[in-house]
Amino acid sequence: MITSKAITTLTLIVFAVYLPFSTEAKADSNKDSSPFLAELPIELHGFYELRAGYRTRKDKFQKDMSVMETRLQLDISSYLQQADLKFKGDLLGDMVTEQADFDLREAYIFTRPYDFMDLKIGRQILTWGTGDLIFINDLFPKDWQSFFIGRDPEYLKSPSDAVKVSLFSDWVNLDIVYTPQFDADRFITGERISYWNSNLSRLAGQDAIQHTNRPNRWFRDDEIAVRLYKNINNYEFALYGYRGYWKSPAGQNSSATQAIFPDLNVYGASVRGAVGKGIGNLEFGYYESDDDQGGKNGNINNSELRFLAGYTQEIGKDLTAGIQYYLEHMLDYGRHKDSLPFGLARDKNRHLVSWRLTKLLLNQNLRCSLFTYFSPSDKDLYLRPNINYKATDNLAVELGANIFFGDYPNTFFGQFRNNTNIYTALRYSF
Amino acid sequence: MSLTKTVIFIFAFSTFLFAANEANQPETKPAEPKPAVEQIPDVDEIVNKANIAAYYQGKDGRAKVNMKIVDKKGQTREREFTIIRKDVEDGGGQKYFLYFLRPADVRKMVYMVHKHTDKDDDRWLYLPALDLVKRIAATDKRTSFVGSDFLYEDVSGRSLQEDNHELIQTTEELFVVKNVPKQPDTVEFAYYNVSIDRKAYLPVKMEYYDRSNKLYRIIEAVKIEKIQEFPTVVKSVVSDLKTGSKTEMEFSDVKYDINIEDDMFTERYLRRPPREAIR
Repeated sequence: MITSKAITTLTLIVFAVYLPFSTEAKADSNKDSSPFLAELPIELHGFYELRAGYRTRKDKFQKDMSVMETRLQLDISSYLQQADLKFKGDLLGDMVTEQADFDLREAYIFTRPYDFMDLKIGRQILTWGTGDLIFINDLFPKDWQSFFIGRDPEYLKSPSDAVKVSLFSDWVNLDIVYTPQFDADRFITGERISYWNSNLSRLAGQDAIQHTNRPNRWFRDDEIAVRLYKNINNYEFALYGYRGYWKSPAGQNSSATQAIFPDLNVYGASVRGAVGKGIGNLEFGYYESDDDQGGKNGNINNSELRFLAGYTQEIGKDLTAGIQYYLEHMLDYGRHKDSLPFGLARDKNRHLVSWRLTKLLLNQNLRCSLFTYFSPSDKDLYLRPNINYKATDNLAVELGANIFFGDYPNTFFGQFRNNTNIYTALRYSF
Repeated sequence: MSLTKTVIFIFAFSTFLFAANEANQPETKPAEPKPAVEQIPDVDEIVNKANIAAYYQGKDGRAKVNMKIVDKKGQTREREFTIIRKDVEDGGGQKYFLYFLRPADVRKMVYMVHKHTDKDDDRWLYLPALDLVKRIAATDKRTSFVGSDFLYEDVSGRSLQEDNHELIQTTEELFVVKNVPKQPDTVEFAYYNVSIDRKAYLPVKMEYYDRSNKLYRIIEAVKIEKIQEFPTVVKSVVSDLKTGSKTEMEFSDVKYDINIEDDMFTERYLRRPPREAIR
């Protein structure tokens, strides 16, 4: 884990930036006695949405409704002399869980204290890396549940409570993201979507909701992610590093009562740029499962190499196609397999191919897209067809589906066969 | 349907689309000889000057742009964005940003272009809700720009090397230049005529003809203002005679030579544009 030294260094950086800055702000407010808040410019936007979806296959562990909700998103931004403030939150009436909820998506302050530095502090959505709906070096939290039940793809990203320091120079740029308390994925627990439970050796859902032991101590169970990047002739090169935890449960305790988030370090690299008539990208990452270096502990994920190659091209008028190949390669497979007392071991290599087709019609007001994941090694398939029509500048209607196939019940997409669903949504943006 | 069948179907479908595109190989045509006109500048000089006046005024600039798209049924859609531009070289490469303000669902999205005259442009899109920097794989410049009747090429400028130019008419106020594409199968028009104001060298009207020699699309500069010495089209209208749709584009808060740094057109400012750019 992060040493206390690193934390001290980071805290110092934050203070060094903030100190001159906050005194300046104070001096200003002394000069000007007008009420501070009244002067604050406020921009308010957002949307109101209705979304409904049903499972097309019977799942005895779940309700037939896959999603049934009304959502009001408020997006408030404001500007101080030296900083931008942002607040974005969703009020959600969820009829599947029969709960009202508030999801604070963003609440941060952004400043540009020096020519060479940007700083973003607070709750924020973070993304980097080159994949299209496939992530290797982006270890910021994801919300797989939202993704699979048919919410807007915006909700695949769940927020981080973090400090992002960006440093810029002529020869290289550096992003450092420090998350003082581990932010896990919003992973599949069985509450909304049934999953393969290896202890029970069967599909399980609300009858066996996963209990987890999540690292949650402030400044001790923390995460740090860095990206060093440079653009050379519009080829974007990047190196990545991460120290933290597997973002979704990646093992269980020895008594098999709780799923755990073992330590994880990731080292990776990527490049993206023009290739022929399109855009190509390559990315790779070494996942070091730090709590099981030798791969002997069957209860903890193996270390892995992950690799991605992708290519996107416009193949017709307002028609774009993208294809990706993705590999997860277990590094201590033999030992992992030997350590398993029973049950189905996964393959050493998980191959995944994805392709995306997007076509715009009716003056680009109608967007038809199909995203497909297919794993020839797992023999499973996940299709995401979606049609979105902007009836007016403010009103959009949407129809889509999440379709899962699989020859085996325990593979990544195969386990979600019974979650196959179709959904529709109406959104008014303002 | 079995898994294997489904996969084969989808893959075959995608492959077919790729193959269809490969067949579209352009052919080249030799340049036509240019007619010599007395007392009148060479056609190359005219189109060069007009290109600079239309797309390269000042060394950089910014403006707020409002677009109103009205279809034949009268339904209106609006777009509002700020644009910031910097020239790499007059008549050559350019870099620009579009920061969207309206409609609400694209608000704060940022579109960045590194325009090249010798190869495909590099384009990026930043989606703030996902904090995602996307590279845009778009090579067809004759597609609609943000869903309007303007095409990408109308906004970014069409390379002069792509057409053969011929001065077909000279009046007291105007030069009329006929432009015939060197690679006709890469574009939807057979040719287009540009009327260029002789004083300001600004294109004031562009008329597009299809292969049956029928006029089907007109772009007109309806309001020109002098801003910091530079005659500027502050309002233009494109009419699509085939679909009956029209788009008005209006520029406001136009400023030239504002000394934009080169490093503004990088990922840093794509993810978060400078304030002066967006308000």
